[in-house]
Amino acid sequence: MDGIHDMGGMEGFGRVQPELNEPTFHADWERRVLAIFSGVLTLTGRNMDEFRHAIERIPPARYLTSSYYERWLLAAETVLVERAIITGEELKSLAQPEHISVALPAVSPKAAPAKARLRARFKVGDRVQVRNIHPSGHTRAPRYVRGKTGVVRRVHGIYVFPDTNAHRAGENRQHVYLVEFSARALWGLSDRGRLMIDLWEDYLEPVDRSKTAIAKRNSVAARRKSRAKKTRTALPAGARQTKTASKSSVSKTHRQEKRRRR
Amino acid sequence: MSGRDHDTSEHGPAARVKALEQLLVEKGLVEPARLDAIVDTYESKVGPRNGARVVARAWTDAAFRKRLLTDAVAACAELGIAGPEGGHLVAIENTKRIHNLVVCTLCSCYPWPVLGLPPVWYKSFAYRSRAVRDPRGVLREFGVELAADVEIRVWDSSAEQRYIVLPERPAGTEKMNEEQLAELVTRDSMIGVAKITAPGNSR
Repeated sequence: MDGIHDMGGMEGFGRVQPELNEPTFHADWERRVLAIFSGVLTLTGRNMDEFRHAIERIPPARYLTSSYYERWLLAAETVLVERAIITGEELKSLAQPEHISVALPAVSPKAAPAKARLRARFKVGDRVQVRNIHPSGHTRAPRYVRGKTGVVRRVHGIYVFPDTNAHRAGENRQHVYLVEFSARALWGLSDRGRLMIDLWEDYLEPVDRSKTAIAKRNSVAARRKSRAKKTRTALPAGARQTKTASKSSVSKTHRQEKRRRR
Repeated sequence: MSGRDHDTSEHGPAARVKALEQLLVEKGLVEPARLDAIVDTYESKVGPRNGARVVARAWTDAAFRKRLLTDAVAACAELGIAGPEGGHLVAIENTKRIHNLVVCTLCSCYPWPVLGLPPVWYKSFAYRSRAVRDPRGVLREFGVELAADVEIRVWDSSAEQRYIVLPERPAGTEKMNEEQLAELVTRDSMIGVAKITAPGNSR
């Protein structure tokens, strides 16, 4: 859902204010929220996606004015009632009604296909575009990358798809990719910074189905690169943007990993 | 945010959480002893000292460093470090040219086994919103001024992967042993919002 939790790139929250010698908990009740959280996870088959979505469904004004562990408490109450582990009546007897049951109802997606997709659709170096999706349910594709084009830097393997799992609509296991975006692509900045983010296969689509154009451009770039490389002293891995993924430290690591597994 | 964290009023979170826990215990759904053990684990056993041990080992043992960057889960297991939120740990290395910074814009994903529970600022709206868009500005607020030619890589922990930064070993620490080095490694340096300086090297 396009909720308040999806904060990447928002403005207006001010400076980051670290606390010196911060304690792990600021009040005893925060300890108990962590305890209840772990209890809830055990009672719900460790469905973190469901718990996260319960946090996301706290209405924006309440979300922004609640502390972190208050949001966790709200989510715990929501999940326990929705799963009928406790009743709404029981919950109401615990506290004043205005303090509880505030989560917005979940909007579930269609049930997912039961079969996991074992074959990765993308490989390291592929250019991908994040689909312009706006599901009303849970998703881990933040708004700020949607519609943007990046490069696959690592294939992480197969994972449960949060968009359906959060709603207990199936695990829909599929590949997750580490995708790199330039600060320019995301924010129009000239800073040569990059953003690395892990995205499920269903969030992505290939860029330019007419592969010929891309392949041609890549081969020209590669030739230019190899010519330039001869005259240049070696830079640390990944220090320079390359169109072919082979130069990035991440993909190097990935190759080593693969080799090691063989 | 701070005022509400300390709420102890009758209908505030303190009263609610107490009542809720009581209800779950009465229904036999949770075991109080088990819950206490979890709180104790994250309050006094698991924390950034774990990550510091990993970093110090990587600084002093090249083969370990390589294993850490290739498979951080296996490398940490060598030091007996594992647990929830650490099953898909990835270590990313800072160099002279690349500075890594870790965030979770959507919630609060954090590598618990190596760093413990996240600090309040990591979960704050300011950090979650700005780290991806203005990492240089955020670093400045932590007192880190990076040269213009240093590339910043921001890692948004959006899936199961959890990231720990392997900071640069500061100059002037050549004679220090692994234990002494581990003392230098801060939590913030492993999130990527701080650099590490050698003792007596106030910079």
